[in-house]
Amino acid sequence: MNGLENTSLLYLEDVYKIYGGHTVLDDIDLAVASGEIITLVGPSGCGKSTLLRLVLGQEFPTSGTLLIDGEFPGFPNSTRGIVYQKYSLFPHLTVLKNVTAGPELNLGFFERRQKKAELIEEAEHYLEKVRLAEHMYKYPHQLSGGMRQRVAIAQSLIMKPKILLMDEPFGALDPGTREDMQMFLLELWEEIGMTIFFVTHDLEEAVFIGSRILVLSQHYTDDRGNEDGVKRGAKIVYDHSLEKMASATSVKDKPEFSELIRHIRQQGFEPEYQQHVKDFDLKHHHSFRTINQPEYDPE
Amino acid sequence: MDEQKPDSGVEKLQAKKLPIFWGLHAEPPKGLRWLLIIIPFVLLVALYLFASDYRHKRNPSDKLLPTVSKMADAVKRAAFEKNKRTGERQLWSDTWASMKRIGIGLGFSAICGLFLGLYLGLLPGIRNLLLPFITFVSIIPPLAILPILFIVFGVDELAKVVLIFFGTFPIITRDIYLSVKKIPREQIIKALTLGASQHAVVFRVITPQIIPKLIDTVRVNMGPAWLFLIASEAIAATSGLGYRIFLVRRYLAMDTIIPYVLWIVLIGLTIDNVLKMIIRYKFSWYLANKD
Ligand SMILES: Nc1ncnc2c1ncn2[C@@H]1O[C@H](COP(=O)(O)OP(=O)(O)OP(=O)(O)O)[C@@H](O)[C@H]1O
Ligand SMILES: [Mg+2]
Repeated sequence: MNGLENTSLLYLEDVYKIYGGHTVLDDIDLAVASGEIITLVGPSGCGKSTLLRLVLGQEFPTSGTLLIDGEFPGFPNSTRGIVYQKYSLFPHLTVLKNVTAGPELNLGFFERRQKKAELIEEAEHYLEKVRLAEHMYKYPHQLSGGMRQRVAIAQSLIMKPKILLMDEPFGALDPGTREDMQMFLLELWEEIGMTIFFVTHDLEEAVFIGSRILVLSQHYTDDRGNEDGVKRGAKIVYDHSLEKMASATSVKDKPEFSELIRHIRQQGFEPEYQQHVKDFDLKHHHSFRTINQPEYDPE
Repeated sequence: MDEQKPDSGVEKLQAKKLPIFWGLHAEPPKGLRWLLIIIPFVLLVALYLFASDYRHKRNPSDKLLPTVSKMADAVKRAAFEKNKRTGERQLWSDTWASMKRIGIGLGFSAICGLFLGLYLGLLPGIRNLLLPFITFVSIIPPLAILPILFIVFGVDELAKVVLIFFGTFPIITRDIYLSVKKIPREQIIKALTLGASQHAVVFRVITPQIIPKLIDTVRVNMGPAWLFLIASEAIAATSGLGYRIFLVRRYLAMDTIIPYVLWIVLIGLTIDNVLKMIIRYKFSWYLANKD
């Protein structure tokens, strides 16, 4: 223990997730301060969504500690918001109703009716933030993909979650819309300052959006040897804070940007590039590792 | 000249008219579409009239294919004249008796099917407890237990309602269960992250999404419901559309049977269309999301 478990918004220590003998997450240590946009990237199938589901409370670690604001979070509840790639919206509700759904679900039959005007006003406020006020009476199937994701964001934000989880939220959008949504999310973040945990497999997106980037990867070595019994899961192999440069998409064309992406790709995505556990590039000031004996044995 | 152009092949193809009736590419124009719909009906009626006329020429008192005027007489008697013995207008009292049975039987099975389907789909414990049992029940042919129902519930209303219930409830339950299972897990997690209680997830997030599906499956189950209704009325009843048809069969009263069958068809069509309308106007999102 190192004090971080009390000061961090999200705290994971020695977290493993094993599915019937198949280790997916292998000793994850992570401390996240509030107000960050954490982006999590990694090769396909490395366990990004699994880690997100653990934070969400949809599943629980096989072993290890996971705390939100110093407490065990339990099943999914309003401390954590979620935006999925699809199915985030309720198909039977209009945009407005989708956004008021959160507050309404917390009210009884009569209170709901009493506070109706208040709820609508609050929803309109969020719909203006996501620039959808004029579409409030449409149903989700009448919206474009980008609009749907913006509704989903408003729907989550109205509950003021401690952390907003997003699992490839822009993965199904065309490149232009996707870039617009990235900009949009950054502007919203600068305005509201919410904590975001953003999973993507797109490295460029991760570097552009994140204030801190995490790379989850199974391409590494350690002192456990390579006998048949050893099955490694993914670890966080790279952890840096990113300067939030002037948030315009033009930064993507700068040489530093592509250099950084090339560097990260090598660290996390190339199977031949095998770093040892003790050499991981974990430079973020909240980064910590509790190295366990069999993985790192100086003898 | 035209043949000289490189894209003349395409032009030729475009110039070629689409077939209006036959083949994969057929595109019947609007007027023809209506005509096509009417043709089988007209043929059937014409065939009937012809056959009836033919038989009546050979035997003016033929009962098998009554003339239209004979049927009209029978309808008049059944619909507008009070029955001497019961003092009721037969067609309406029969219709009322049958509709009551179908309404109660199918209504109960819709309500039970909805709740059970929801619980089976959402609660793993209940699924474990009841799904195999429901599957077992659903395979019992309802008509095979009709005698048991008559013995247990008597030959009055209850047995008939229970038969309709038994015949439709497992299918409705399974339909609802399957469509609840098809709702993405994300929706449930999403609702929980919006602060919904388990109770609210079931009744305020999932149930409203299932209601149009329930209406759809009730529509489909109207067919079996009629089957079970008529079967039970045929065996033991004192009123009802099915009862009447089987009663007058003894006198070969085709002039009553045919209008009664047409009446049943009309009722069925009306109910089906009303339910369809409700879905179209109240649940437009359902039709849009249905693949
Ligand atoms: N419920 C489960 N049971 C068994 N194995 C699972 C389960 N969920 C995930 N896995 C396995 O865990 C691994 C990681 O899955 P996960 O979905 O977290 O990957 P991901 O990094 O999000 O991939 P992608 O980039 O494709 O979204 C995969 O090998 C997957 O097969
Ligand atoms: Mg994933």
